Amino acid sequence: MATTVAAPRAAGPKHKYESGIWSWLATTDHKRIGQLYLYTALAWFLVGGIEAFIIRLQLYGPNGRIVSAETYNQLFTMHGTTMIFMAIMPLSAAFFNFLVPLQIGARDVAFPRLNAFSYWVFLAGSIFMNVSWLFHAAPDGGWFAYAPLNTRVYSPGLNMDFWVIGLQILGLSSLAAGFNFITTIINMRAPGMHFMRMPVFTWATFVTQFLIVLSFPFITVAVTFLLFDRFFGTNFYEIAAGADPLLWQHLFWLFGHPEVYILILPAFGLVSEVLPTFSRKPLFGYPVMVYSLILIAFLGFGVWAHHMFAVGMGPIADSIFGITTMLIAIPTGVKIFNWLGTMWGGSLRFTTPMLFAIGLVSLFTIGGISGVMHSSPPSDLQQTDSYFVVAHFHYVLFGGSMMGLFAGIYYYFPKITGRLMSETLGKWHFWLTFIGMNLTFFPMHFAGLDGMPRRIWQYDANQGWDVDNHISTIGAAILVVATLIFVINLVRSRRSGARAGNDPWGAPTIEWSIPSPPPAYNYATIPTVRSRYPMWDMKAPELTASVPHSPAGEKEVTVKVGGATAGHIETPADTQLNAENAHPSAHELGIVMPTPTIKPLLATLGLCVSFFGLIWHRHVPIIILGGVIFVAALYAWLLTPLEPEH
Amino acid sequence: MATAALAEAHDEHHYTSTGLPHTKIAIWAFIGSECFFFASLIATYLIYKGRSVVGPFPHTPWVDPATGQHFKPILNIPVTSASTFVLLMSSLAMVLAHSAVVRGDRKWSKIWLASTALLGATFLGFQAYEFTSFVHEGLKITTNLFGSTFFTLTGFHGAHVTAGVLWLVTMLFIDFKRGLGPRDAINVDVMALYWHFVDVVWIAIFTLVYLIQ
Repeated sequence: MATTVAAPRAAGPKHKYESGIWSWLATTDHKRIGQLYLYTALAWFLVGGIEAFIIRLQLYGPNGRIVSAETYNQLFTMHGTTMIFMAIMPLSAAFFNFLVPLQIGARDVAFPRLNAFSYWVFLAGSIFMNVSWLFHAAPDGGWFAYAPLNTRVYSPGLNMDFWVIGLQILGLSSLAAGFNFITTIINMRAPGMHFMRMPVFTWATFVTQFLIVLSFPFITVAVTFLLFDRFFGTNFYEIAAGADPLLWQHLFWLFGHPEVYILILPAFGLVSEVLPTFSRKPLFGYPVMVYSLILIAFLGFGVWAHHMFAVGMGPIADSIFGITTMLIAIPTGVKIFNWLGTMWGGSLRFTTPMLFAIGLVSLFTIGGISGVMHSSPPSDLQQTDSYFVVAHFHYVLFGGSMMGLFAGIYYYFPKITGRLMSETLGKWHFWLTFIGMNLTFFPMHFAGLDGMPRRIWQYDANQGWDVDNHISTIGAAILVVATLIFVINLVRSRRSGARAGNDPWGAPTIEWSIPSPPPAYNYATIPTVRSRYPMWDMKAPELTASVPHSPAGEKEVTVKVGGATAGHIETPADTQLNAENAHPSAHELGIVMPTPTIKPLLATLGLCVSFFGLIWHRHVPIIILGGVIFVAALYAWLLTPLEPEH
Repeated sequence: MATAALAEAHDEHHYTSTGLPHTKIAIWAFIGSECFFFASLIATYLIYKGRSVVGPFPHTPWVDPATGQHFKPILNIPVTSASTFVLLMSSLAMVLAHSAVVRGDRKWSKIWLASTALLGATFLGFQAYEFTSFVHEGLKITTNLFGSTFFTLTGFHGAHVTAGVLWLVTMLFIDFKRGLGPRDAINVDVMALYWHFVDVVWIAIFTLVYLIQ
C-alpha cells in the first residue's frame, strides 16, 4: 500500500527532463499530458473552425466563388475529420487524462509511458493529416470516405492516401489510451472508491473507453482494406471483382455509430459534474445515470445501419434498425430528465460552466429529437443527405459535445492552472456561442427540408435556400467572434486570472481537495472515500444526507496535503501552488513517481518515418528504417523500469 | 500495443483496487479489442466466400476460360493440419513454460520457452511455405476476392504469431541473462494469455477457412 508516507529525503540533482521544453517532451505526468491534449485539440478546433467558416462564406449566397469545387471537397472532408478526430475526441482525452486519476484518487494512470505515447501518436497523426494541405492534396472523400468511391480508380491523388494513413495513426492513439484508461479505472481507485461512488465523468470515461476499444477495430479493418486496395491492388472494394459495395458502409458505421457516443458521453460526464455543483444538489438518480450510460453504449453497437436506410436493405433490416434507434432515445431521455431533476429545486448559480452545461441540456435535446425523426426509415429517406442531417448532427456535436466540453474547460480551468477564467468574457463567449450556434444551424433544418443537399459547393438562386444560407453564415460569423473571445479569455486568464484556491466552486468530488494546480503526485496520502460526495460530507453535510455512505458512519474524507493536515480538508485559497516549492516535492515526501522519458516520443517518430515512407512513393527502405526505429525505441522503453530503482 | 501495455512493468509496491496487476487487466482489454479485429476480418472472408469472379478457388478446381489453364483447389488441408497441430502444441509448451517460471525452475523455463518459440516459428515456416506455393500456383493477394481476404486474414494472424515469437525470444533472452523467477510469473502469464488467444483465433480460422467448404 502506498498510503504510508515515508520520511522526507534530500532532493537529488535536477535532471534536464525536469524543466523547460524537455520536461514536456519527456513527461509521463497525466496532468501535463492532459494539458498537451487540451491545447493541441483547441488549436485543431480553431483550424476546423476556419475550414467551417470558409465553407459558410462560400455558401453565403447562390453560386459562391470563394473556393473551387475541389477545395470545397477538401474543406468539408477536413472540417469533419478535424472536428471529430483532432478536436472533440482529444478534448475529451484532455479531460480523461487530467481528471480520471484525480477523481479516483490515484497518482497517475496505469501505464504512464503508454499514455505519453498515445499523445505523441495523436499529435503525429493530426499533423500528418494536415500536411496534406501543403501538397494541395487534402483528403476530399468526406469524413466517412465511402469506398469504392475512394479506391485508386476514382480518387487517384494522394488525398485519400493521407486520410487512410492518418486515420490509422489516430486510431492507434485512441486504442492505446483505451486500454490504459480501462485498466486505470478498474485498478487504481482509491480505497472506498467503489464503482457506484465514482464521479459520473469517470463513469462516462470508463464507458467511452469500452466503446473505443470495441469499435475502433472495425474502422482499423475497413481502413486497412482501403489502404491495401489503394497501395497493393487488392480487391476488397473492387466491384468488378465481385466485391460488395456495402462492405465499407457496414464496417464504417459499425465503428461510426459507437463513435457518436464516444464523442458525446464524455461531455455528458462533464455536465454531470457541473450541474450538481452549481445546483447545490447531488446528481438526481445517480445509479440510473450510470445505467443509462451503459445502456446507451450497449445499444450504440446495434444501430449502425440507420446510417444506411437509403441503400435499400429491405423492410426487415430497416424496421429492426429503426426500432433499436428509437430505443436509444430512452436512456438518453432519462439523462436529460435527470439533469433537469438535478437542477429542480436547487440553488442555481449561473456561472459560465453552468450556462454551457444548460446549453448542452437544451441544445442536445433538439438534436436528439431530430435524431429520433430520422430513426424512422420513411422519414429518413426524406432527410438523408440533406442539410436537415447537417443541422441534426451539429446540434448534437456542437450543441452537445462542444457545449459540454466548454463547460468542462471553464469548470476545470482553475484546477488545471490555479487561476479562474474571466466570468465576464465567459458569459460573452457563452451567449454569442449560443446565439451564433442557433443562427447557424437552425435554418439548416429548413434548407434541408426544402431539398438542399449536403456537400454541394454551389447552389442556384431561386430555390428558396438563399435566406436560410444568409442566416447560417451570419451565425457562423458570430461563432467566430465568440471563439476569439474564448481564446482571449483563455490566454489572459492563464497569465493573470484570479487565483482559484483548491475548491473555487464548492464542488463535491475529491479532485477539489488538493491544490490547484495539483502537485506532481496529486495526493500526498491516497484518500479513503466514504461516499459519492466526500467534499460536501466535509463542508456541507446537509447536502449529502440522501446519498449512501459507508456504514462506518465517518463522513469525512481523509485528505492530506504535504503531510501537513489529516482528517479534514484545507480551506480554499490557502494551499494553491503559488510558487515553486510551495509544496513538498514527491522526492521530499518519498513518493516514487515514474521517470520522465522521451522513448515514447522516439517510438512515435519511428512510426512517422514509416508512414511518410509509405506515402512518399512507397519508399521501402524508409518504411523499414522507421520500423527499426520504432522497434528499437519500444525495446528501450519496455526494458527500462517505469520508476527509478530504489 | 500489448507489449507496450505489458511492459510498464508490474510494481509490487503499488496498491491496486482488484489486487490484480495492471498488465493482466490491460491484456484482457486488448484481447477483447482483438476479438473484434479478427471478427471483422473473418466476417469479411465469409461474406466474400464464393463471390470471386476468377479463380483459383479454395475448395474447387477452376479452368481459366481465357487460357484453358487448369487450377487445382488451392488449399492444402493436410499440410495446414500439420501446422495447426504445431501451433496447438506450442500452447501446451507455453503452459509448461509458465508453470516452470512459477516454480522458479530455471532449467525447464528455458526449455519450454524455447520450445514455444520454436513451435511458433515452425508454424510461421509452414505459413511462408503455404504463401509461396500459393503464389506459384497462381493465387496472389491481387488475384481475386479469395486471395485478398485469405492473405489479409491469415497474414494478420501470422503477424500476431511473429510478435508473439519476438516476445518469447525476448523473455528467453531475459531468462538467460538474469533468470526468470516467480516474480516474473505475471509477465509470462500475460504473454501466455496473448499466445493462447492467437492460438484460439487460429482454431477459428482453420475451421472456417480450411475445413468448412
